[in-house]
Amino acid sequence: MKKKQREEDKILLSHGSGGKAMSSLIKKMVVEKFNNYILNELNDSALLPASKDKKICFTTDSYVVQPIFFPGGDIGTLAVNGTINDLAVMGAKPLYLSCSFIIEEGLEMNILDRITNSIKTASKKANVEIVTGDTKVVEKGNADKIFINTAGVGVMQKDFLLSKKKIQVGDKIIINGEIGAHGLAVMSKRENFKTDIKSDCAPLWSLIEQMLSVGGVKFMRDPTRGGVATVLCEIAANADFGIQLHETDLPIHDNVLSFSEILGLDPLYVANEGKVIAVVDKDIASVMLKQMKKDPLGKEASIIGEITKKNTGRVILETVIGGTRIIDRLTGNQLPRIC
Amino acid sequence: MKYITEYRNKNVSHKIADVINTLVKGYKGKIALMEVCGTHTHSIFRSGIMSLLSDKIEHLSGPGCPVCVTPNEYIDMAIAYSRLPDTIIATFGDMIKVPGSTSSLEKEKASGGKVKIVYSPLESLKIAKKNPEKKVIFLGVGFETTAPLVASTILSAAEEKINNFFVLSGHKLIPPAMTALLESKEINIDGFICPGHVSAIIGEKPYYPIVEKYGIPSVIIGFEPLDLLEGIEMLINQITKNKEPSVENQYKRVVRREGNEQALSLLDKVFDITDSTWRGLGNLTKSGLTIKNIYSKFDAKKQINCKIEKTKENPVCICGEVLCGIKKPFECKLFSKTCTPENPIGPCMVSSEGTCSAYYKFKKE
Repeated sequence: MKKKQREEDKILLSHGSGGKAMSSLIKKMVVEKFNNYILNELNDSALLPASKDKKICFTTDSYVVQPIFFPGGDIGTLAVNGTINDLAVMGAKPLYLSCSFIIEEGLEMNILDRITNSIKTASKKANVEIVTGDTKVVEKGNADKIFINTAGVGVMQKDFLLSKKKIQVGDKIIINGEIGAHGLAVMSKRENFKTDIKSDCAPLWSLIEQMLSVGGVKFMRDPTRGGVATVLCEIAANADFGIQLHETDLPIHDNVLSFSEILGLDPLYVANEGKVIAVVDKDIASVMLKQMKKDPLGKEASIIGEITKKNTGRVILETVIGGTRIIDRLTGNQLPRIC
Repeated sequence: MKYITEYRNKNVSHKIADVINTLVKGYKGKIALMEVCGTHTHSIFRSGIMSLLSDKIEHLSGPGCPVCVTPNEYIDMAIAYSRLPDTIIATFGDMIKVPGSTSSLEKEKASGGKVKIVYSPLESLKIAKKNPEKKVIFLGVGFETTAPLVASTILSAAEEKINNFFVLSGHKLIPPAMTALLESKEINIDGFICPGHVSAIIGEKPYYPIVEKYGIPSVIIGFEPLDLLEGIEMLINQITKNKEPSVENQYKRVVRREGNEQALSLLDKVFDITDSTWRGLGNLTKSGLTIKNIYSKFDAKKQINCKIEKTKENPVCICGEVLCGIKKPFECKLFSKTCTPENPIGPCMVSSEGTCSAYYKFKKE
């Protein structure tokens, strides 16, 4: 039964948190209305047909992080890496970006200068070109300093198609490093907490390219908003397999762990901006791990769980003390405006 | 974090669990242990402790989540304040989503109401200093743990002569709620997991008369898995070995017998103990904290008038009974259907410390 739209219904912050409220909003306001076979896949990027052996990958993302400068990055680095990582986890090499600014009247010119310099540096590092863009200025108070939208285009190599459908019981789940840093870095800066936590914001393609060359990768996602837990829940949702996670194997930096303890946050749900979760063939897992560890972005890579026959459609965590609990998707709004 | 990980040791956890399970093996019937602290609710679910223990041990969550025990009329009052011009509501994040009779602070915020989330009451004082033309009202909810901080904030406001800072005090005391539960005929409790944080403030003494009158085994317990397991073992020992019921303290590294005297004297200085309404338990004598007359200039209730809507409760929501451990969340018709953390109908679904939210999130079935 469809719920009737009530006049007093309004958009709440939780509609943008990457959790359940957002998925139902997207379903109702986007998917059902714009309905087409490319969109309906709801991938991180759209897969467009190009030629027989190649596909074009296309994606877009908007950045509203507050504060705009945070330990480990700023809104500019985020606008580049966030978008190209959405291409990379599809298995596509990022090539071109668009970049649009919505700027609040009164923003200091040197701040815009710093941000565009960051964009330049980040795109150089990731080997992508900014090829088109747009600038709008709105009255003071009608935006918060600066919002950035980037769209990205990439090419999918050969006929390498990653898909949830390839996942099999026994496959291993690998992450390339310690989780939870980005969300907490932004949060600590915003709330003026003194910590050493730095955002993990980084371009993932060079690492992912090596992973793809090893082979055996079935599916990938970048655990941004909603964190590792949300991505794994999405993978398990409606699937004919379950996911078993091991709390003791989760790579979490001591600082992130203690800061989360103090604030009552669960690092599993905290955003990352330089992490990839890969589901890989069990026979290739250890070779994959070895290869990943050679890359600076994969030094702390580890196997955090596996695909199971039991607990269909669910993510089960074996806790540190050997108990079990079910991991659900993020509900509500753990941390607003972290990207 | 080394210090913490030692309290999460898998082998030791299993050893203690084995001891507990052996103790209850020959025991006839179920053993119902109740905690009255939201952090306990959360840790027990998060660590999966109950999955290690015998089915004979039943875990009940009592009225230990501050947001959950706050009655609708308080929420309605906060909502009414948020609609006043030149007013900023400063609150802990949990309160934002709690539904009042017809609205919530989250909805008021989306409609333009000034609602700010703070992590400490002192932050709300800073907001008051920054916005001298606005009235800043801090929503003082919580037990003996948060109340001293609020007391000290009120004292700072007095000292700094800040005239635009107010507190809407809905603070409550835990021991009277424990007594009310034991007086209730509807629920059977075999032992209390006494709240570690509250006990750090009040010490062991307030539990003595309760144990003496009702003969209920009570252990003050910490929050790490090994704390909880050790504490449960102490409780099970008292229960299964027919020992004289007593107050024991598992959380000695934090809780002293006499509590935190400095915090207690702050409470005494700023608050009077008065009757207070609890969701689920009703009006309990001497169970709440009201700002003393000498500090009444900071008391929102006395200083700021506003029209409050007539309180309405959802007749189907059973938060009250869930709070008292009489019913389990899944016995509620709304649970996980219309009432979810995204769209909570009752407060127990809102806070991460709420029983319904914990059942929902960790899917205890």
